[in-house]
Amino acid sequence: MSRHVLLIEDEQHIAEAISFILGRDGWQVTHLSDGMTAEAAMKTGRPDLVILDLMLPGRSGFEILAAIRADAELSPMPVLMLTAKGQGRERDEAERAGVDRFMAKPFSNAEMLAAVRDLAGGA
Amino acid sequence: MAFNLLVLACLAYVIFLFLVAFWVEDRAATGRTGWLRSPLVYTLSLSVYCTAWTFYGAVGYAARSGLEFLTIYLGPTLVFVGWWWILRKLVRIGRKHRITSIADLISSRYGKSNLLGVIVTLICVVAATPYIALQLQSVTLSFGAFVATGPADGPLPDSQATGVWVAGGLALFTILFGTRNLDANEQHPGVVTAIAVEAVVKLVALLAVGIFVVWGLAGGPLDVIERVNSSTIADWDLMPSRWAGLMFLSAAAVICLPRMFQVLVVENSDERHLATASWAFPLYLFAMSLFVVPIAVIGLERLPAGANPDLFVLTLPLSEGREGLAMLAFLGGFSSATSMVIVAAIALATMVSNHIVMPIVLAVLPKKAVAGDLRRIVLLARRVSIGAVLGMGYAYYALSGGSAALAAIGLISFVGAAQMLPALLGGIFWRGATRSGAALGLSVGFAVWAYTLFLPSFGEGAVIPVHVFTEGPFGLDWMRPRALFGVEGMDPLIHSAFWSLILNAGAFFLVSVLSFPGPVERVQGAAFVNIFDAEGAGPTGWSRGQAEPEALLIMAQRILGDDEALRFFSKSAEKQGKAGFLPDPTPDFIADLERRLSGSVGAATAHAMISQLAGRAAVSVEDLMAVASESAQIMEYSARLEAQQEELSRTARQLREANEKLTQLSVQKDAFLSQISHELRTPMTSIRAFSEIMMEGDMPPEMIARQARIINEEAIRLTRLLDDLLDLSVLENGTVQLNLELANLQGIIDRSLASSSHTRPERIFTIHRDLPSEGLYIRTDPDRLAQVFINLISNSRKYCDSANPELKIVVRHKGGRVTVDFIDNGSGIPKDKQALIFEKFARLTDQTRAGGAGLGLAICREIMANLGGTITYLPGQGGAAFRVTLPLRLEKPALA
Amino acid sequence: MKRPRAPLFLPRRSYRARRMRDAARLLPVAGLFLFFLPMLWAPATTEARDTAPDGIYLFLVWAGLIVIAALMARGLSDPAGDESLGPEDQD
Repeated sequence: MSRHVLLIEDEQHIAEAISFILGRDGWQVTHLSDGMTAEAAMKTGRPDLVILDLMLPGRSGFEILAAIRADAELSPMPVLMLTAKGQGRERDEAERAGVDRFMAKPFSNAEMLAAVRDLAGGA
Repeated sequence: MAFNLLVLACLAYVIFLFLVAFWVEDRAATGRTGWLRSPLVYTLSLSVYCTAWTFYGAVGYAARSGLEFLTIYLGPTLVFVGWWWILRKLVRIGRKHRITSIADLISSRYGKSNLLGVIVTLICVVAATPYIALQLQSVTLSFGAFVATGPADGPLPDSQATGVWVAGGLALFTILFGTRNLDANEQHPGVVTAIAVEAVVKLVALLAVGIFVVWGLAGGPLDVIERVNSSTIADWDLMPSRWAGLMFLSAAAVICLPRMFQVLVVENSDERHLATASWAFPLYLFAMSLFVVPIAVIGLERLPAGANPDLFVLTLPLSEGREGLAMLAFLGGFSSATSMVIVAAIALATMVSNHIVMPIVLAVLPKKAVAGDLRRIVLLARRVSIGAVLGMGYAYYALSGGSAALAAIGLISFVGAAQMLPALLGGIFWRGATRSGAALGLSVGFAVWAYTLFLPSFGEGAVIPVHVFTEGPFGLDWMRPRALFGVEGMDPLIHSAFWSLILNAGAFFLVSVLSFPGPVERVQGAAFVNIFDAEGAGPTGWSRGQAEPEALLIMAQRILGDDEALRFFSKSAEKQGKAGFLPDPTPDFIADLERRLSGSVGAATAHAMISQLAGRAAVSVEDLMAVASESAQIMEYSARLEAQQEELSRTARQLREANEKLTQLSVQKDAFLSQISHELRTPMTSIRAFSEIMMEGDMPPEMIARQARIINEEAIRLTRLLDDLLDLSVLENGTVQLNLELANLQGIIDRSLASSSHTRPERIFTIHRDLPSEGLYIRTDPDRLAQVFINLISNSRKYCDSANPELKIVVRHKGGRVTVDFIDNGSGIPKDKQALIFEKFARLTDQTRAGGAGLGLAICREIMANLGGTITYLPGQGGAAFRVTLPLRLEKPALA
Repeated sequence: MKRPRAPLFLPRRSYRARRMRDAARLLPVAGLFLFFLPMLWAPATTEARDTAPDGIYLFLVWAGLIVIAALMARGLSDPAGDESLGPEDQD
């Protein structure tokens, strides 16, 4: 059974790159361009891990994260947050909000893969 | 002479006047007024005082009553020679308070009371309608005189039909040139100049006939004097009561007649013109009356006994076979009649629309009136009013059948107009005059005038039954219309003038003394009476901050038009030390705006409209104390404090704005760095990820091709961002190279529309353009300008949230500057964001939706600065609207 | 806006300007008197045919008023004098 990742990322090319990297490693990737339907997708798809971009149209990564942590059913879900802003302030805020791993863009592919294996493996 | 030829001459003359008026309006529209606004034209326009009643009638008057006709000219002479007393003050008040009519003046003085406006309007309409009828009659009579002496080869004129044609033609002329626009303080340069031309024609005509009579028919001046003493005219005896009374009435009329007030006060473009008119207008009257007695004497001698002396000016040259001279005289009479009717119609229509129609419109549609297009309603009301005034004049003429009774209507109308005198003079010289006093005085005077003079003028038994004349109403002997309070044996005209004015002034004074004026009344009273005191106008009565400036702007646009309103608002904002189009709603600003609006719709209506937005005017006790304070020291002290405070608060406002902007800028600086980081890292992420994948090798060729293309696209995106940043920094430093050349604006707009159609091509935009206005050749950098246009159009394509998006491009050219407005029908930009949109990375909505980096408008602003122009956001256009302003010919790169 | 205490004595130029205004105010009063004079003559001389002389007299007075007004108009319309005077004529 392949392991399942939910990817929420609005930049088409970045999403494609991540899907490719994980897909090659045997992961099944579901991609959403925005966070409007994030909870529903988690409840139906039951992913092992959520990769969440910070700057999203309509609903920011923080809002989605807060919604996940507030939901009893979803709260144990491991979350990997990505951002192009990559400043200390965002990192602190993300960790306070209960993110499991925080990665700045651009990232190395190996690092990304390692982080995903690490987080999903622990689940 | 053939009737057809006469009609042809008339038509040619009228077409000539049309051309004059049109030419002047055209020049005025482009600001080239020059000599058109000279004291000469002003003086000549005052000649509407000399109507057909004086042109033809003065000779008849002299034939019947000797020198008494002179009183009609001597009264105005005294008023003008004594301009330092009254006229100077009236004109100053009229200009400072943007008075639109005599009704507006009285209404504005007495607390912007519309009740008074209505009363005065009614008096004016009632008094002027028969007078207009008289003019129509004189034209038809003069037609008749011509045809009667000529061979009967043409169709005989039907006097009713002639009247219809004349009234209709005048209505057309008046509507065309009297209601072309609402702007410019109710002035009509085209009409005024046409009137001035007519003034010359009538003066030349009368002088020509006079010279022909004195040197052609009689043997020079000495002979004429001989003949005067031997004619029946010398039987005339001066009646002191009529002599003094008529001089007084004509003096009052020259101020109070609506048409005189119109040319004297409303159309005045420069107070200094009055100094010239003070002697030049009496000179005009002098010249007009110089030959009246000689013409009358020779006419009595030469023409058959039954000849109508009212037409001597025309029939004398005709009977001597001087058709050319007679034609000139006819055109002179025609000019006198038409100029009076045109000006009277404009003046009355302004009153009717401002004081009767607009208040009703505002009362019936209180909400919609503020939102709807009021300019059209006002103009329509005015046009309909002009038609109605002339229609009433014609109806009066048709119903009265052009009876001889009409001849007396000139003086009757003077007495009616004189009823305004107490309220007018009391208003500008006496601060104690109150609204109740004025209302009662006017009503009493009007009623007495109607009862003792106007209604009896229709003939005994026509309106008032015969027995009332002999026994009084209900047997009340002292109420007989021609012998009020048992005063018998007086001349009926003087009797009426005497009683109506005494009772009018008495009621006005008594009620004024006994009543207490409201706050607005006291403020206005002080402002009018002390008009020559320097600027400090006292409290304005508006409280601060209740009105939303944008709402005020929208209302002002409805009345003044977009351009005028925006100019007024931006100038006011500048005066407050603010940038942009929206000044703070300070009491001073609101008072200014009210004054500006009242120049278009009258004081009472303007006050009511602003009250809808700013709340009721509240004058506090302290404000009134300041008005009432007579102490110069307190005034000076508070004035100085006020000036200081004004200065301080202006500085504070500027500082506050600067501080706000700095704070925002610092926040933006952080955001800018964070943004740059984000904008650079995002493409970098894809590039790094795919390049790492490719480095690992072992991939099918098509996959490699795809990933390489992505890397390439993202690299281009990075380059574009860097280009934009670089562009911006070059523009900001002013080191940009401009390629100036002569280019067609229309071409640039075409190109920009084509280029920007790639942005969200799925959206179908309706583009509104006015191609002829775009046909301008401008000297600029066309590529840079197109860059700005493309940016604005693309923004509109991206952000306009209307279901049926429309974009309007409006080009205007004025005084060496070109403005291009881009207005869409979306929801626009909220007010708190308007100041920010031209800053870097100031995207308003979600970052990704638009796809750009948020540098577009910042670049546009810098480009326009380099092109010697500006780009601003236009509030209140019903959508997002940007205005690009640039010089028609940019000589050298502007930014140093 | 400021209303300084009016000085007691004025320089020659302003003094002239003020007397000119006095004259301007008086002119219509004088004119009125002269125009009313015929009312006093008329009843006295009932038999004489005096319409022509009366008319000539009136026209002469009229012309005189026009000439005087024209001469004064230039001095009065001088805008400099207007502002220096301040509040409506505190002379």
